[in-house]
Amino acid sequence: MTDSQRRVRVLVAKPGLDGHDRGAKVIASAFRDAGFEVIYTGLHQTPEMIVSAAVQEDVDVVAMSVLSGAHMTLFPRVKELLDEAGADHVLVTGGGIIPEADMEALEARGVGRLFGPGTRTTDAIAYVKEWFAQRETV
Amino acid sequence: MPDSSAQSTTADLAKRFRAGQVAALARAISIAEDQRPGFEELLHELLTAGPTASRVGMTGPPGAGKSSLVAHVAHAYRAQEERVGIVAVDPTSPFSGGALLGDRIRMNDLATDAGIFIRSMATRGSLGGLAATTKEVLDLVDAFGFERVLVETVGVGQTELEITAAADTVVVVLVPESGDAVQAMKAGLMEIADIFVVNKADRPGAPRLAKEIRQALHLRAGHGVQEPSGHHGVDLTQVARDARPTSTPAVDSEGWDIPVLETNALDGTGVEALVEALGRHRAWLDSSGELDARRRDRARGRVRDVVEREMRRAAWSSMKLQAALDEGVDRIATGAATPYSVARELLAQLLR
Repeated sequence: MTDSQRRVRVLVAKPGLDGHDRGAKVIASAFRDAGFEVIYTGLHQTPEMIVSAAVQEDVDVVAMSVLSGAHMTLFPRVKELLDEAGADHVLVTGGGIIPEADMEALEARGVGRLFGPGTRTTDAIAYVKEWFAQRETV
Repeated sequence: MPDSSAQSTTADLAKRFRAGQVAALARAISIAEDQRPGFEELLHELLTAGPTASRVGMTGPPGAGKSSLVAHVAHAYRAQEERVGIVAVDPTSPFSGGALLGDRIRMNDLATDAGIFIRSMATRGSLGGLAATTKEVLDLVDAFGFERVLVETVGVGQTELEITAAADTVVVVLVPESGDAVQAMKAGLMEIADIFVVNKADRPGAPRLAKEIRQALHLRAGHGVQEPSGHHGVDLTQVARDARPTSTPAVDSEGWDIPVLETNALDGTGVEALVEALGRHRAWLDSSGELDARRRDRARGRVRDVVEREMRRAAWSSMKLQAALDEGVDRIATGAATPYSVARELLAQLLR
């Protein structure tokens, strides 16, 4: 298998205390149908659990669903722990109820694109595919 | 193409692997799993020491509780200060090529334990209950230094039996809904168990299923039938050890009495007895010489796999052979040749 045929591995995680995992499940299923290998870890993940799983599974992408309002804490924390673990090549992306200004602030801190309510799954898939393709040509 | 940069990254990865960096193990697994260029050199580099871990495979139908039991057993080993590597296999969609790997959900409380490593694998088209490279991945986890390696198959039916060639001890997990004694007497899944577990034992029918399995095992052991070995259609003494992946493990005939245990993976009932049985089986493997035999079988199988893979690669990467194939197909189309005559020509070229 050449590198360009490699399957994208994505960790779909639901950090923090909110129990609304419908969105995470929808995106996990959509990613699966897009041909990705999706590792789904379920609810109530700490950033440490997410990063530990991401390293062990050698994923390309960590996609998090945050509906609790704690996105300004959770996304940077996961990014920071990934960098510390030597996994700065991993894309941190996700979605949730996140104001646009916050999205921009997080992007400035090294987090990838974030998606708000009403996003089409095809948009998220296209974003990950494009990122993956560009990453490999670099 | 192992150019110099690939070689230096291999050396660097091997160094970090030996230094105990989890990320290096994870990357080595990816390289083996994708069969990326140079993966065989990397495996050669990392697997010099040979197997040392105790490898336990859990198999059974979907939803039987394999992941939950794996988590319980892992906890028990952690309590004994042993490091545990877990490989969990889930199916790849034949339609999209994607997969949803959800076994970690049952293992969340192990997630940040440094003595635990969990890796999810998709089958990627493989049909035997494991992925094509799961055995290599188990070798890597073993070589990294985990004392215990647990592998969980996809939810299987009756004939996905590759686990026998991957694990030292095979645990078949069933549930009361799995069926009756007739199911238990059928070929396949029921023949590969070193240990049976009837999980969800709080449900009605569990004691009955356990009893029926015991009775079926009793029949198989030769009690009450005229020809003990007749159920295989071959003389047991003729079943060579290297045929193990397709034959019954040497159980009743060599002194291992297959236990049938009842567990409840929700609350952990019966897990202690399972761990105890795993320990007894390991001791039996050691004392009977069976462990050595099983490891030799695995080594033999691996060499054959690599030779076959390389021959396939060599055959179909040869432009000359491709041209001969195209030309042969033309002759088949006009009736001047058959697939068999063309294959013979190609083989003659390949083996020359």
